[in-house]
Amino acid sequence: MTPELGQLALILALLLALAQSVLPLIGAWRNNHALMAVARPAAAGQAVFVALAFGILAWAFMTFDFSVQYVADNSNLALPWYYRFAAVWGAHEGSLLLWVLILNVWTLALAMFSQNLPEVFASRVLAVMGLIAVGFLVFTLFTSDPFGRLLPMPADGADLNPILQDPGMTTHPPMLYMGYVGFSVAFSFAIAALLGGELEKAWIRWARPWTNVAWGFLTLGIVAGSWWAYGELGWGGWWFWDPVENASFMPWLAGLALIHAQAITEKRGSLRAWTILLSIVAFSLSLLGTFLVRSGVLTSIHAFASDPRRGLYILIFLGIVIGASLLLYALRAPKIAHGKPFNVLSRETAMLIGNLMFVVAAAMVLLGTLFPLIADALHLGRISVGQPYFGLLFPLLMTPVILLMPFGPFLRWGHGEPAVLKAVLLRIGSAAVVCAIVAAFFVHGQVKAILGTAAAVWVGFGVALYAYKRWREFPRGRRYPAEMAGMLLAHFGVAVFLVGVLLSEALSVTTDVRMAPGDAHEVGGYSFRFDGAQQTTGPNWHAEQGTVTVTRNGRQIAVMHPQKRTYPRGQVQTESAVKAGLTRDLYVALGEPMDANNVRGAWSLRLYYKPFIRWIWGGGVLMMLGGFTCALDKRFRLKRQAAVVATTGNEPAPALRPQENTA
Amino acid sequence: MSRYLPLFGFALLLALFGFGIWWNTQHDPNEVPSPLINKPAPAFDLPTLDDPAHLVSKASLLGKPYLLNVFASWCIACGEEHPVLMAEGRSLGIPVIGYNYKDQPQDAKDWLRTHGNPYDLVIADFPGRTAINFGVYGAPESFLIDAHGVIRYKHIGPFTPKIISQELKPAIAALAQETR
Repeated sequence: MTPELGQLALILALLLALAQSVLPLIGAWRNNHALMAVARPAAAGQAVFVALAFGILAWAFMTFDFSVQYVADNSNLALPWYYRFAAVWGAHEGSLLLWVLILNVWTLALAMFSQNLPEVFASRVLAVMGLIAVGFLVFTLFTSDPFGRLLPMPADGADLNPILQDPGMTTHPPMLYMGYVGFSVAFSFAIAALLGGELEKAWIRWARPWTNVAWGFLTLGIVAGSWWAYGELGWGGWWFWDPVENASFMPWLAGLALIHAQAITEKRGSLRAWTILLSIVAFSLSLLGTFLVRSGVLTSIHAFASDPRRGLYILIFLGIVIGASLLLYALRAPKIAHGKPFNVLSRETAMLIGNLMFVVAAAMVLLGTLFPLIADALHLGRISVGQPYFGLLFPLLMTPVILLMPFGPFLRWGHGEPAVLKAVLLRIGSAAVVCAIVAAFFVHGQVKAILGTAAAVWVGFGVALYAYKRWREFPRGRRYPAEMAGMLLAHFGVAVFLVGVLLSEALSVTTDVRMAPGDAHEVGGYSFRFDGAQQTTGPNWHAEQGTVTVTRNGRQIAVMHPQKRTYPRGQVQTESAVKAGLTRDLYVALGEPMDANNVRGAWSLRLYYKPFIRWIWGGGVLMMLGGFTCALDKRFRLKRQAAVVATTGNEPAPALRPQENTA
Repeated sequence: MSRYLPLFGFALLLALFGFGIWWNTQHDPNEVPSPLINKPAPAFDLPTLDDPAHLVSKASLLGKPYLLNVFASWCIACGEEHPVLMAEGRSLGIPVIGYNYKDQPQDAKDWLRTHGNPYDLVIADFPGRTAINFGVYGAPESFLIDAHGVIRYKHIGPFTPKIISQELKPAIAALAQETR
């Protein structure tokens, strides 16, 4: 009975979403306060029913209700409760429900914190959020109902895809969706501004923390996914340029551009149309990501089971949402586009170049991802695009960004001073060269590692220098407002990330070896001794588990247990053993037994020595923290006065305040 | 005009996706075109299922076309294909040779005994090494090999009556045309 209630809850949520979107729009158009006032209660009601539906599905998993098709397909009696809970979003239908739930969380937050926005504007923003919810609820109800029954009810269910049975993978989708869906806030702002034909700087300031938080979550989602791939896929890689990864990377790049564009527009009033366009693009790319994963248009290792009917629905939905937004942009942008001119040598220019590079990079990733499809359309045959294309073009596009990054904060808005730049260039340039020369001795002349050291010092020392400048020139308490601290954290994260990527790629050692029990093998100065493999079992799998003892100079460093797990339906899954460290990871993956009949004998093993690889995720986490920290800035919360002042037409006064701490 | 550029770009993208969805309904997205089509079949030397001492080689089968059908008792899709081969195998007009893939000989024999044997001859590849040369990545898979030992047609997945009448039989008819 309860699953039917879940379905009913979704239908009620859909009706409320319709009310939330249509009525306030009419109200804002006719200046009818009663209709505009519908937005908030409707949003709250919708959230209640969506949460109810989600809870009912989770309950069905908890109570092993295999009469629900989705539960029977994605769990079984042996699956531990935490993976049963994660199984709620383990396949297409449930993950869509999670998408809608998270959209409701954002809408609810928006409804609560938008009390001080002008009434017409706030109701338009909430209405646009409602329209998005309508699209996704219709999609869920008509093509992907998670509550469909399976009769007769089986005694036991199938299984959650084993590659998803990992802590990294359970947190990855919710974080990713928090990011994807979070961009809907900036999107709704942009659409509401276009509909109203005006864009106050105060509104942009109000929208900024939302974008920062969404981007922070997206960063965390991508980091979790990458960390999972590293441990789970068994060959030590952390990024594969797979279509589904690219689908999350494109909105990330567009969001990064949006964060910086919003900063320019808020502080200077310039580039309004560009900020609006980026708001639309960032969310459109999020929707596109959802489309690519579910439509089956591109094949990928982690695509959902595809269904042409679903693909067609999402295509029509995308066409309406993005097409209408871009049309609105084309018609209305001139009305809102005006701003101050700025010098070539200014902070705006530096940020704009970065912006263009991010957008071009997103376009480059889109082209590479879709190229197999283009090749099909033009009858060029089966072509796949991978590492050689992305691995060449992405670093190329990011080089100007890295080169400009340390200078950005030192440049003034409007017009920068060449003298300051020269002094900065001299310091970070010499620091980078000195560190690169020192590094050259340690890395045996590996060019990539030397470049990595230089780039990381260039960026990191630049950030430190600016932090020191603020320490010297500002009184205590005003040195590092949250917005500034967030920028410093995120930029420093880039330096850490550069160390991780370039040093681990240049200095990693990988060996495939055949080892009998007792054999030892030297990798990167560590001795790996294989002590044989034996059977072991977990809650819902059994495994061959190897024991590898690692020593260095006779001292024992670690005992590692790589596994090869077999799940009930015969899927085999590698669990690599990783000994993590600040300066290096040791990584062992179990291959195949060399003699099929003698499991305890010799095995093929992969041994990796990966210096600094942890810094990749460390850098990502710093960037995420940067995004969150920025959003905490008091300045964004002063919107209460700001919004009020803005509506009474006395807008410049609060806008001047930030200039003190951005000098 | 530049304001309309994003919209125009998006329209192109939409057209491409529309094409992608249509294309997927026409083609199996997992199908990899075999580089072996119109190339000589790899040489092999495999025992028959019934008599491990009796080896069958590629050379010994030259002279007339045959269908090589990869199957295994552990393969569920082969169970789906089996009745189709039982019904239509004889009407193809060429020998159908079973290629027993990574299967225990006894399991394979039991399987053929219970479900019936549609094959004129069954060769066994327990280690699965020869299958690598054929590019086999799953069962069932089928290869149409002509009188000169050249692969002319390949099908991945189970045969259905529709695929046999629309793809396999025309391919066999085309071979018959050539030899005449």
